[in-house]
Amino acid sequence: MNSPTVELKLPILPNMELVATQTAEIIAKHMHLSEDQSGEITMALIETCINAFEHSKAGNNIFIHFIIEESSLVIKVIDQGVGFDKSKVAIPKIENKIGKDERKRGWGLQLIQALMDSVEFESNDSGTTVTMTKNK
Amino acid sequence: MSDFKTKVSAVNEVVIIETEGYLNNEGGQIIYDICIEKLASGSRKFLLNLSGTKVVNSIGVSIIIEVIEKLQEVEGKLGYYNMAPIVEKTFHIMGLSKYSSLYKTEELALLEF
Repeated sequence: MNSPTVELKLPILPNMELVATQTAEIIAKHMHLSEDQSGEITMALIETCINAFEHSKAGNNIFIHFIIEESSLVIKVIDQGVGFDKSKVAIPKIENKIGKDERKRGWGLQLIQALMDSVEFESNDSGTTVTMTKNK
Repeated sequence: MSDFKTKVSAVNEVVIIETEGYLNNEGGQIIYDICIEKLASGSRKFLLNLSGTKVVNSIGVSIIIEVIEKLQEVEGKLGYYNMAPIVEKTFHIMGLSKYSSLYKTEELALLEF
C-alpha cells in the first residue's frame, strides 16, 4: 500500500513558504511528533522553499510532497528550475562573515542538514528535488 | 506590507525591541533600521524580546548578523530572550551565540546588561 501523501503546489510569491509550514505542523501533530521535531521540520522547510524560490529560476511554482511513513515523515521539495551543484556551495561560518565583506547570507543548506535526520539532493538542468526525512 | 511588528522601549540604557511575527528579510530590516537609528542617537546596548516570533528564516537572521557587526564597531552589545526553541536552535547553528547573548528571561538579560 502506498504511504499517505499530501501534495502542495506553491506559487513563487513572498512568504508562501508559510503555507507549507502550516501543512507540516498539522501532519506533525497527526504523526505525534514532538514540538521540537515539528519546529525543526518547519525551519528546514522554510529554508528549502526559500532556496527554491530564490535560486532555482523556476517558472511559477514549486511542489511539495509530504509522505507519511510508519516511522518517518519524508518531505520532497521539487522545483523545475536550473539546478545547482551542491559541491560548489560553500559551508558558511560566522567567523568569516562578521566584520568582513563576505555576504551574510547563504545558511540554508547548513540549516536544512542540521535540522533533519537525512537530506538528499538530486539536481540537474531541469530541476532540483530535495528529499528530507524526519524520523519519529 | 510586512506583518512584522515591533514595540521599542528602554530600561536604563538598554533598548528593548519586542517583536511579533515572522522574522524574514522585512522583519530583519525593520530591526536593523531601529538599531541603526538608536545607535546614531548614542544607544549601545540592545535586547530583542522574541516572544512573539515563533518562526524565522535565515535571511532575517542574517540581517541580525549585520546588526552585530555594526555594534562591534562601537563596542555595543546585543542579546535575545524569550526565544522559541527552534529560533534558539537556529541562532546556535548560525553561530550568533558566539557574538551575542541568549537569555531565558528579560530579568536574566538585564542582570548582565
